[in-house]
Amino acid sequence: MKRRYFIKQLAMSAAVAAIGLGSTSLYAQQKTVKIGVLHSLSGTMAISETVLKDVVLMAVDEINAKGGVMGAKIEPVVVDPASNWPLFAEKARQLLTQDKVAVVFGCWTSVSRKSVLPVFEELNGLLFYPVQYEGEEISKNVFYTGAAPNQQAIPAVEYLMSKEGGEAKRWVLLGTDYVYPRTTNKILRAFLKSKGVTDADIMEEYTPFGHADYQTIIAKIKKFSSEGKKTAIISTINGDSNVPFYKELGNQGVKATDVPSVAFSVGEEELRGVDTKPLVGHLAAWNYFMSLKNAENDAWKKKWADYTKAKKLPYAAKPLTNDPMEAAYIGVYMWKQAVEKAKSFDVDKVRVATYGQTFKAPSGITSKMDEKNHHLHKAVFVGEVKADGQFNVVWKTKGPVKAIPWSPYIAGNDKKKDEPALMAEKKK
Amino acid sequence: MRFLLIVICLTALPAFALDKAAVEKLATGEGEERYEAIAKLVAEGDPKAAEVLAAAAEGEIELDGKKLEVMVNNRLRSEIAAALAAFKLLSPERAVRFEAAKALAKGASPAMLALVQKALEKETDAEIKALLEISAASLAMNSGSREERIAAIKRLGDSNSPNSRTLLAAAANDPDPEIKAAAQSSLREVQGRLAWGERAGLLFASVSLGSILLLAALGLAITYGLMGVINMAHGELIMIGAYATYVVQNLFKAYFPGAFNWYLAAAIPVAFVVAALVGMALERLVIRWLYGRTLETLLATWGISLTLMQGVRTYFGPQNVQVENPAFMSGGIEAFTGVVLPWNRIMIIVFAAVVLVMMWLLLNKTRLGLFVRGVTQNREMASCVGVPTGRVDTLAFGLGSGIAGLAGCALTQIGNVGPDLGQAYIVDSFMVVVFGGVGQLAGTVYAALVLGFANKFLEGITGAVIAKIIVLIFIIFFIQRRPQGLFAVKGRAVEA
Repeated sequence: MKRRYFIKQLAMSAAVAAIGLGSTSLYAQQKTVKIGVLHSLSGTMAISETVLKDVVLMAVDEINAKGGVMGAKIEPVVVDPASNWPLFAEKARQLLTQDKVAVVFGCWTSVSRKSVLPVFEELNGLLFYPVQYEGEEISKNVFYTGAAPNQQAIPAVEYLMSKEGGEAKRWVLLGTDYVYPRTTNKILRAFLKSKGVTDADIMEEYTPFGHADYQTIIAKIKKFSSEGKKTAIISTINGDSNVPFYKELGNQGVKATDVPSVAFSVGEEELRGVDTKPLVGHLAAWNYFMSLKNAENDAWKKKWADYTKAKKLPYAAKPLTNDPMEAAYIGVYMWKQAVEKAKSFDVDKVRVATYGQTFKAPSGITSKMDEKNHHLHKAVFVGEVKADGQFNVVWKTKGPVKAIPWSPYIAGNDKKKDEPALMAEKKK
Repeated sequence: MRFLLIVICLTALPAFALDKAAVEKLATGEGEERYEAIAKLVAEGDPKAAEVLAAAAEGEIELDGKKLEVMVNNRLRSEIAAALAAFKLLSPERAVRFEAAKALAKGASPAMLALVQKALEKETDAEIKALLEISAASLAMNSGSREERIAAIKRLGDSNSPNSRTLLAAAANDPDPEIKAAAQSSLREVQGRLAWGERAGLLFASVSLGSILLLAALGLAITYGLMGVINMAHGELIMIGAYATYVVQNLFKAYFPGAFNWYLAAAIPVAFVVAALVGMALERLVIRWLYGRTLETLLATWGISLTLMQGVRTYFGPQNVQVENPAFMSGGIEAFTGVVLPWNRIMIIVFAAVVLVMMWLLLNKTRLGLFVRGVTQNREMASCVGVPTGRVDTLAFGLGSGIAGLAGCALTQIGNVGPDLGQAYIVDSFMVVVFGGVGQLAGTVYAALVLGFANKFLEGITGAVIAKIIVLIFIIFFIQRRPQGLFAVKGRAVEA
């Protein structure tokens, strides 16, 4: 009973704060604000998502140590949706209705995001989504701090087409069988066709989640690549299938100098379980690499190393940072800044205040939230795998790139607006 | 600064054979400059240039005692590799020349024709000469006179490389009828040989998958097949074997780094013993109370499987752990051009065969094996003649679990090691055992190989997703038509 009373009190105080009547009676008690952390801590995606939970908690600790947000201490509510897509929706509902969180940081796979989306729209919640994805979505209730296809996939393919990248003429589109790879490959196929690549020079293959035997696929790729033109592999394989894929690639002697592969879901964390010596030269495209050299990144890496040690996290022995972690970290700070600008925790006010927020990102640029389309402006990097599992940046954009969530390579997208459809609620 | 350096280099040039300006360009040049520098260094032919190029490919060169960082990417790496191959062709050592010639036979750039011809004149070794002739022929294909082209086409008929196929396929559409005919006959020869290579590759892939399925299912063939326990925790026993291997690997890394390559030799018995002990504890504490109650066994072992998974997750963390291949298990041998048989897969096939033979010997040639077979065929009768059925059950379950542990040890060499490892294999294991026929070792072996082949063959045609679906549907129909599996146990034991 007591607990319920406490929650009610909290809800009340949050509501009061939301209306913007920061009354004096509130000063009597310790002010807190709840935020939700919705990442899989078990199941297949735990590999990738656990660190995101920890990096969000680290950002929260930092903010709390400096006095919190608008004087309120942040209280994170961590739930485990267990890599189970419907459970994501259930947990999101719980966070928004029972815990009354002001904002949620979470999701990795597009399936999980699609599953929580209706919940956030119905209850007018706020979600910061930190992973690169296939685009084709803008919701007023979501801020996308990961890359859209034009901030990752397309520049990477353009690099491989360039002289420096090896002038690839044939393409293998290889992915795990779900929405992100299918959509990305649809966009890439259209893009390649616009560059004069014929269907005969594109091979598209999918494998189930958790596929572990890449023998035949690599044999097929070898045959495909031996038919005369320079071939490149574009891998949208997700999760731990990447380990057997890269092992087989190395063992079958497919060298990056002959058939380079570029991956969109493989970062420092995914290569942790792989012997990278045979993979030297294979590529990945991201908006952040741990190996980037700048003061911001050095400081951030040190913070993360110290935090893992202080909290005795399992990866303390070899703390790695990666792109989605950076995006998750930026997300927390963008929200904090927006709250301070709006002087309110109210979702609608915070949303408007988030537009145009900037943050000095560990990637070395000043990342800006677009004024309209809910996506971050990001610099794009292409890196080659080094023998130690880190990436050597071989190409980068001159500066931040604006996201184009509605890819121009999908028919009908030219009519869609580059901002979320706002309903009449704006005037409420 | 850079200008100064170049000036210094230029003035110092007469003293040194190596073109320092070119060396410096390797590190600091922009755009095409770096590739021009490589060409320049190759043209000089100074053996020291080879050293510099090799260092540049690693990312750092030394110039006048100063270290310069080289931005390496795939293009630079492959241009340097080609340049080094050119140097190697002139090496006095046969093995080095042979490797270089092999690399060139896969595809040489036209700029190298002069070099290849020069090497050909000097070459005395027949094997290397043949390789170089193919390289020269493929380079002459598009440039030489009509006679030269026909000679080149005939020469390429003896080649095994996919590169020649491409060249010949292009020549097969030549307007000149004689060239066309020659190209077509050569193309048929090359294609015939390449097709055999592909078939061999497919066969190897099937046997390899079959051996993995067999290893995963062998333990279950005892616990489920012979003893009739539906052990849902079988996958977790595999996972425990894999984690035991991981722990042994770490111990070797920490205490015997010199003998790291041999950690598997220690990991195999450890994985077996650890998994067997866990299995025996399971049998003693839980399963023995549930003999004859299939549903309850299923639920109980499923619960145990969840407990084991979460236990490992809590202790080792939810992240996958890294198990490195020993050096001799990385890479592969090239059986045919383009068909590489990876060492780790070859080893696992051998390992599966050894485990199978040992198990067969144990079951058919030892006293324990006799008891196990006796108990499974008729428990009461075995008990009557003095077989300690309880202890035999425990030992047999331990044996099945230990073999699952061995499977886990083998799987570390090809896939992921994580808490969910077992989940990926439990369905396949049951599929193999049921398909092969419960209670039959031979059935398990055939089923593993048949499923391996069916999977790989279909994957080649339909892609991995559909292949998996087709195989599962096939199994459903097969079990409906023939519930006893491929090989039925005949006689009284069936009713028991």
